[in-house]
Amino acid sequence: MLAALTVLLVYQLIGEVLVQLLALPVPGPVVGMLLLFVTLLARGSAPESLRTTANGLLAHLSLLFVPAGVGVMLHFERLGAEWLPITVALVASTVVTIGVAALVMRALQR
Amino acid sequence: MSGTASTFAEIWVYLSASPLLGLTVTLLAYQAAYWIYEKAKMNPLANPVAISVAMLVALLWFTDTPYPTYFEGAQFVHFLLGPATVALAVPLYANLETLKRNLLPLAGALVAGSVTAALSAVGIGWALGASRETLLSLAPKSVTTPIAMGIAEKLGGLPSLTAVLVVTTGILGAVLARGTLNLLRVKDHAVRGFAVGIAAHGIGTARAFQVSETMGAFAGLGMGLNGMATAFLFPVLVTLWGG
Repeated sequence: MLAALTVLLVYQLIGEVLVQLLALPVPGPVVGMLLLFVTLLARGSAPESLRTTANGLLAHLSLLFVPAGVGVMLHFERLGAEWLPITVALVASTVVTIGVAALVMRALQR
Repeated sequence: MSGTASTFAEIWVYLSASPLLGLTVTLLAYQAAYWIYEKAKMNPLANPVAISVAMLVALLWFTDTPYPTYFEGAQFVHFLLGPATVALAVPLYANLETLKRNLLPLAGALVAGSVTAALSAVGIGWALGASRETLLSLAPKSVTTPIAMGIAEKLGGLPSLTAVLVVTTGILGAVLARGTLNLLRVKDHAVRGFAVGIAAHGIGTARAFQVSETMGAFAGLGMGLNGMATAFLFPVLVTLWGG
């Protein structure tokens, strides 16, 4: 688990360094994810310990959003002033996006 | 009596200055919220993220604790979003065969979903009179937090507002997906999962994993691909548009 966690952090670190060096427009962890994916492709398999650690981390994924969510308290004023456009935009856009993505995928599967 | 009170006040001052409290209450709140979610038979309305955020905001409000003080401790949880994003390569790789077989449907759904998510949110917000900063913060709302915050910062939005909008979108997606997909008679768990992952990132994915393994894997795939697509496409689009 320790080795696998280190692998994840090393890939994130390489990602961050590449983003800074090459002035890439994407966050470091995304580059790290791409590099790890390419590594797994080249390797032909994912080590058991990496799979266990990755799945363990992803199993508690929703917990990781809690600190950012609590940040809502910083924006009460703006949210109070703009609650109507924000609420309608979020609800409608989420429903429409789920619908469009599902229908396009189903249509292309046939 | 006043002695006990002042001792307690001293302990409080000591604890509230250390990161231990913020971290511990985050984990406690989440586990309490998850317990409620399980008691509610995993009903999407009892979303554990929504419940824990509500409990923590109430707690901070009652104890008059500023958000930055809380975040001193909670940042250790927040930090794990980075390695978790890297970890997405693993389920992505595990679904390599399905990925190859469904390349065209997945690519089509990804582009359509990604564009729909950003344009519909910004379009509706603009039509209803949202401010420029709010619109820029809304654009990446379907992408997972670390990516969305990075994008919002580059666009000139407010990263912390984006984080809140992203979390809200995830909760909405987890709550509304079942009804929407049933209405459209979409039954295939691969399709259901992928759509939820694109629209509602990690919170949608967490929900999908609770419904079925296939749905979760495809939701993870949708979240990962949408994160990558948006991270690469958005800044390019904005540069083209701005220049």
